[in-house]
Amino acid sequence: MTVRRGFTTTGWAATLAAMIRNGEVSAREVSSRYLDAITELNPSLNAFTTTTVESALEQAEQVDRLVARGEDPGPLCGIPVAVKDNLCTRGIPTTCSSRMLDGWCPPYSATVVEALRQAGAVILGKTNMDEFAMGSSTETSVYGVTHNPYNLERVPGGSSGGSAAAVASGMAVVALGSDTGGSIRQPASLCGVVGMKPTYGTVSRFGLIAFASSLDQVGPFGRSVQDVALAYSVIAGYDSMDSTSLKVSFDGHSRFLQLDDSNISTRGVGNTLKGRLDGERASSAVAVAGRTTGTVQVGSRDLGIYTDEVLNAPVDGIRVGILKEISDSIAPDVHRRVMEAAEALATLGARVDEVSIPELSYALPAYYLIAPAEASSNLARYDGIRYGLRVEDEDVVSMMSATRSSGFGSEVKRRIMLGTYALSAGYYDAYYGQAQRVRTVLIEAFLRAYNDFDVLIGATAPTTAFGLGEKIGDPLTMYMSDVCTIPSNLAGHPSISVPYGTGDDGLPVGVQVLAPALGEPVMFSVAATLERVAPELQPPKLYHDGSLYYKNAYLQEADR
Amino acid sequence: MQQDTESSGRISRDEVAHVARLARLKIDEDELDTYTKQLSAVLDYAAQVAAIDTAGVVPTSHPIPLINVAREDTPSSPIDREEVLYMAPDTEAGMFKVPRIMEDSP
Repeated sequence: MTVRRGFTTTGWAATLAAMIRNGEVSAREVSSRYLDAITELNPSLNAFTTTTVESALEQAEQVDRLVARGEDPGPLCGIPVAVKDNLCTRGIPTTCSSRMLDGWCPPYSATVVEALRQAGAVILGKTNMDEFAMGSSTETSVYGVTHNPYNLERVPGGSSGGSAAAVASGMAVVALGSDTGGSIRQPASLCGVVGMKPTYGTVSRFGLIAFASSLDQVGPFGRSVQDVALAYSVIAGYDSMDSTSLKVSFDGHSRFLQLDDSNISTRGVGNTLKGRLDGERASSAVAVAGRTTGTVQVGSRDLGIYTDEVLNAPVDGIRVGILKEISDSIAPDVHRRVMEAAEALATLGARVDEVSIPELSYALPAYYLIAPAEASSNLARYDGIRYGLRVEDEDVVSMMSATRSSGFGSEVKRRIMLGTYALSAGYYDAYYGQAQRVRTVLIEAFLRAYNDFDVLIGATAPTTAFGLGEKIGDPLTMYMSDVCTIPSNLAGHPSISVPYGTGDDGLPVGVQVLAPALGEPVMFSVAATLERVAPELQPPKLYHDGSLYYKNAYLQEADR
Repeated sequence: MQQDTESSGRISRDEVAHVARLARLKIDEDELDTYTKQLSAVLDYAAQVAAIDTAGVVPTSHPIPLINVAREDTPSSPIDREEVLYMAPDTEAGMFKVPRIMEDSP
């Protein structure tokens, strides 16, 4: 494993887990230090909306007990993690940062949350977000804005801004977010951490509070590509509770995950997985065993995609396309970093060329019809009857209207109305129907590009972190923040943001690596290469050095 | 950006009020003006999709063409009723309670 000194230390979570597993440090001590970091930094950053001190220490002690008995608690042994507040945690508030769900405690946990626990992770708390994940700045939260650890006057990005800020500031080693149009990758870019949106269907959505179901996907944040690959290995895998879940496995060396295709139709246009089905087939699915309702049990998962073989794979001969259309809409200082990243890959033997996909310019307008349409349907469930807020009124219909008007913020209302309109009689075909056809056109354009390229690269966000309040008054300007990330959601493809130096203002820039469906291995290989050659990124101003204790220990370990 | 051929906004104030009613949202008069302006701007932008020739293109409703997804019909214990009802706004006799849905009978 290549070791880099400095902030983006390769192998951070895996090494810390190994130290805990070997008894060099206790999980309780590690978690205590991270909880101290939250006490110290969260008042300034507002990244966590709920901390779970008691249950975190209990989980950590359980890990220590397993270690003492000589058992392996799992790949995330004792690793402190943060979870976005739209992922259900049984008995722990899950609010979507909305007045509608303020104080709501779900009666079950999301599959990904159970997977983290089964892997030995310690959940420190729930992170702030744009209300119902609708936003790009974490400014629409009912609990107030989250601040960027690099500059408190700037936004952390969104909607998973709390998770990004928590990892960047050293309040958590790994965090989960959700990405519907860029809500993991864009805040990762703005906060100088790694963030990944997986191939649609490889991570269970059971217990993820739905925004736009055909686009939503859960994914990890970390300080290194390896940390993200490790966390992805744990949360990925088949779940019978999610009807869109794929059976995937990894053979350890291919450029693609293997798919057990029993549920996949090979017919139909827009089949982004068709190419994969004709290739290797593996029947060994990452199965979920022993699930019972109530207390969900998921089998121990480990896709094993964070290995040296994947992360140190040479990029020699890999075909890399620089996305021209994404380059056209971004700031010059960000563009410069993308070109530097491309040159670095070319120096290492990758075959780098510019690629034009004109259809990409239609992704954002199509998204702002499809996502609100699905949201208007998904958010119909907040009716004041079964859970969440109820504002009493004289009859059931006026109670629902009073509840929804009081419980939702203005951005959520805007998108519900937009979606209701796009789906309404007379406009359905012109707006929603046409957007769905454009989605097909976009997917086919991607597939044509992937005939010539293994991965595509571009900026993650058009600019570095923008100012608090700068865009919140103009919805359309805010929506443009996601112009680089939305295409991957519409196609269901994986994509990752890796820090690559800073912009003119000294704030982090992220470079995005896009891959075709199930192309996580080749995506991680290229991302890990970029991480190794990237200019060193200094830790943010607000950064808890308690975690440096472990980093130093790790570097000494590596020097031996 | 494509120009709107209509002289006024893409969505009218009355249409916004209608859509809000459909979505069970109470919007006051001041908000109605703001939302009409904002939704018109977003719809103007989104209407760019009309410029693409999609004749004969099959719409994508979902990125993965899954078919006939069904679980094994295995009995298991459901989530505890008390735990579900615990967070409900109003309950009675082990059920969700709603405000009245019809007038008193004469």
